[in-house]
Order: sequence, then structure tokens, then C-alpha cells
Amino acid sequence: MIAFFEFFVRFLPDMLKGASITILLTVEGLSAGFVLGLLASLARVYGNKFIRGLAVSYIELFRGTPLLMQLFIIYYGLPGLGITFSRELCAFLALGLNSGAYQAEYLRGSLLAIGDGQMMAGRSIGMSRAKTIWYVILPQALRLAIPAWSNEPVSLLKSTAVVFLIAVPELMAKAKSIAAQTYDPIGTYLAVALVYLAMVYLLDAFLRWMERASRIPGFEMEGRKT
Amino acid sequence: MTNPILETRNLTKIYGQNVIFKDINLKVNEGETIVIIGPSGTGKSTLLRCINLLTSHNGGQVFLDNQEITAKGHDEDKVRQQIGMVFQNFLLFNHLTALDNVMIGLTKVKKMPKDKAKEKAMEELNRVGLADRADHYPGQLSGGQQQRVAIARALAMDPRVMLFDEPTSALDPELIGEVLGVMAKLAKDRMTMLVVTHEMGFAREVADRIVFMEKGSIVEEGSPDDLFYHPKHDRTREFLWKITELYGKKEKEKGARE
Repeated sequence: MIAFFEFFVRFLPDMLKGASITILLTVEGLSAGFVLGLLASLARVYGNKFIRGLAVSYIELFRGTPLLMQLFIIYYGLPGLGITFSRELCAFLALGLNSGAYQAEYLRGSLLAIGDGQMMAGRSIGMSRAKTIWYVILPQALRLAIPAWSNEPVSLLKSTAVVFLIAVPELMAKAKSIAAQTYDPIGTYLAVALVYLAMVYLLDAFLRWMERASRIPGFEMEGRKT
Repeated sequence: MTNPILETRNLTKIYGQNVIFKDINLKVNEGETIVIIGPSGTGKSTLLRCINLLTSHNGGQVFLDNQEITAKGHDEDKVRQQIGMVFQNFLLFNHLTALDNVMIGLTKVKKMPKDKAKEKAMEELNRVGLADRADHYPGQLSGGQQQRVAIARALAMDPRVMLFDEPTSALDPELIGEVLGVMAKLAKDRMTMLVVTHEMGFAREVADRIVFMEKGSIVEEGSPDDLFYHPKHDRTREFLWKITELYGKKEKEKGARE
């Protein structure tokens, strides 16, 4: 126990360095994914046939294939077409595109939950469709989406681990090198697991705060009030 | 005879094989309150939605201030700014306070500066007696209060005409009065109104004209006295007899109170 503690403290700075890249990738991927997901969900719910088709293709493609495969195609496949990105950019692209597809589905669900009445009310005072979506539908849909959407940041944070396979020096990559250095894979992965757990714990606390802070009296999904 | 503010000519709506209404000719003059009555499913609500272009029509025309708003290329959003609409189920914006519900059209559609919009919105809330509820969210208001905020929201746009689509049918009986009261006051202030309702007491006391619709067409129209006491058609008499029998007790109580 004491040995593990010493081990943990010894490699903590190294792990934190990796964790900071993990966090950076999560924030970047989540943000890019949010913008993509928002556009894709709006396109899927409010777009014409063509736009809807584009959105559905994007969502199905990235939800239907493994993240690792997407990462490899971007990192190993695109250079074959003469497009080469840095490792970090490849990781960002893969995570953002993948997360966007999932976020699109979370948001689509809550856009549909808002219903046509709010759109009709917006139109009835002379707002255009776009204005009604922006000022009326989205502020409500985003709030409704938070509880389910809260899965995505947590899931994405852990998904970033795959990018160690293209040698981005995030937490998992650090774990690999510490394990090789110390010949103690079990101790290493346990220590790293603790760091992941701590990050998820803090992230969860932040998400719950966000849910509370955005709550509006009398406006929530039907059901038990928490 | 003054020019009508609102006029429909042969307005027709068909869903697939179903004729919702056909060849509706209706004139609403400035300051007039017209009440449309009739059995459920006769296209009264759809008629209102067609008038402010929330639903497309299949034939005929709608004129607002002698301009055909159903003409191709006419700016629908502009039209709806001039036609206020109050819905059966209120449809307030759930994420906004009462004040913001009334303000949003002013700031986002009319591009009014915030402080002026707020002043105007407070005025409208005051008009429906809810200035003290300005910072409440819809979820914190009773149905009657929500409907009054919805009326204020529509009024804030300074519409030429107000459409009411069964504004009290989703309300508990004891809340109906406060909404009808606001509407009666509007009628007295000569707001032009087209009201679909089953409230016969309101129709009799407030309406300048009553239109009886059934199976997608206008059966009869006239002053409340004409329709209630000298209906020309048996169907009108039958419908009014049925509905006043149903509501009769309440009417009597209301009469006793006044």
C-alpha cells in the first residue's frame, strides 16, 4: 500500500502532464463536436430532404464505425491522398467528428421534445423560422438535453485514450511509458485509473452544477423532480 | 359601411379527401368583435390558422387592410406581426419570464431598444392585470394567468386584429372569467377581434356579430339577438338550444351574480 502510494506520488507529475493533454483533447473534441452536433441535429430536424440526408449520413457514418478506425483513416489514410495533419490535429479531428455524431442525436431528441406548439407561437408574433429556432426552440431544447448529454463529456474523456495509438502524449501514452520503465504494469494502470476517476468525478460535479444553474422553475421533463 | 380590416373570400381548406371548410366569406370591420361558434371539428380553428398563414389554404384569398396577404411573395412574417393570435393551450415560451415573453417580439422582431420594449411590455402586462407577475415563469403561473400573458404578448405587437382560438377551453372553470374579462375589456376598447369560443355568455354580451359554422361552411351570421332569439335556420336553433342547455346553469348563476 505504502509502496503504491510512493509509486503514485513519484509518477504523479508525469501523469498530470498526460492528463492535461487528455483534458485539452476532451474540451476541444467536445466543443467541436457540439458545434457539429448542433448543426447536424438542426439539419436533421428542420432541414429539407437534401440537408437531412447529409446530416443523417454524417451521423450514421461516425456512430456506425469504431473511433479507432476513424482515427487511423485520418492519420494513416489521408496522407495517401496528399493530406497530412499533425498527430494532435488528427486526434482533434477524429474526436470532434465522432463526438459530433453522438451529440447530434442527444440534441435531436430534445429538439423533437419541444414540439410544434412553440414554433407556432414564435411564428404567430412574426418571428421567422430561423429566429424562432434560435430564440425559442434552442434555449429550451439545450436545457432539456443536459441530463442525457452529460454522458458525452464523460464518455469522450475516456475515449481520448485511443489516441495514444498515434503517439499523442496523453495520459494513456504516459501510462504505457511508465509501465515500460518500471516493469510494473498493474501498479501503473491502477494509478492511471485513479487519475481518470478523479477527472470524471470533477467533470460530473461540473455537469451537475451546469444542470442546476440552467434550470428554470416549472420547466423540466415530466417526472420526478430531482 | 366602413372598409373591412380583414376579409376572406371563398377561403377553402382541404386535407387529402377531407374538406375542412369551403368558400368561407367573412368580413371583419374595424373595432368589431366577431364570435365564431359551432360544433367541434367544423374547421373553426383551422380557419383562424389559415387567416394568419400558420396553415396553408387550398383556395380563396385573405385580405388585410385591402391587401391580399395570401398573394404569392407576400411577407408572411410581416403579416403575422399585424395579426395577433391567442391559442387554446397558451403556448407561452416556457424558458422566459412573463415579461420576456411579452418583450421578445418587440426586441427581436420589431428591433425596439431594450428599455423601450420593457416599458411597453409592462404596459401590456398591466393591461391584462399581471404587472406583479412580470418575473414569473410560465410554470409558476396559473392557466388563466398564462393565457393573459399570451394575450399581452400578442397585444404588444400592436396588431390590426386579434384572433382567439378557443382561449378558455383549456382552463379550469374558475379561471375562465379572468380571461373573458380581459377580452371583454379589449372589445370595449374597440380592438378588432375574431374569436372562436364555446362561451355563449361571452358571445351574447360582447360580440357585435356571431357567425355559426358547421361542417366547413357558414350556416348563419347576425347580431347576438338575431341568432339567439330569431335564428333563421333550424340547425342554429338546435345548436344554441343544446349548448345553452349545457351551459345554462352557469349562465343563470352568472346572471344572479351580476
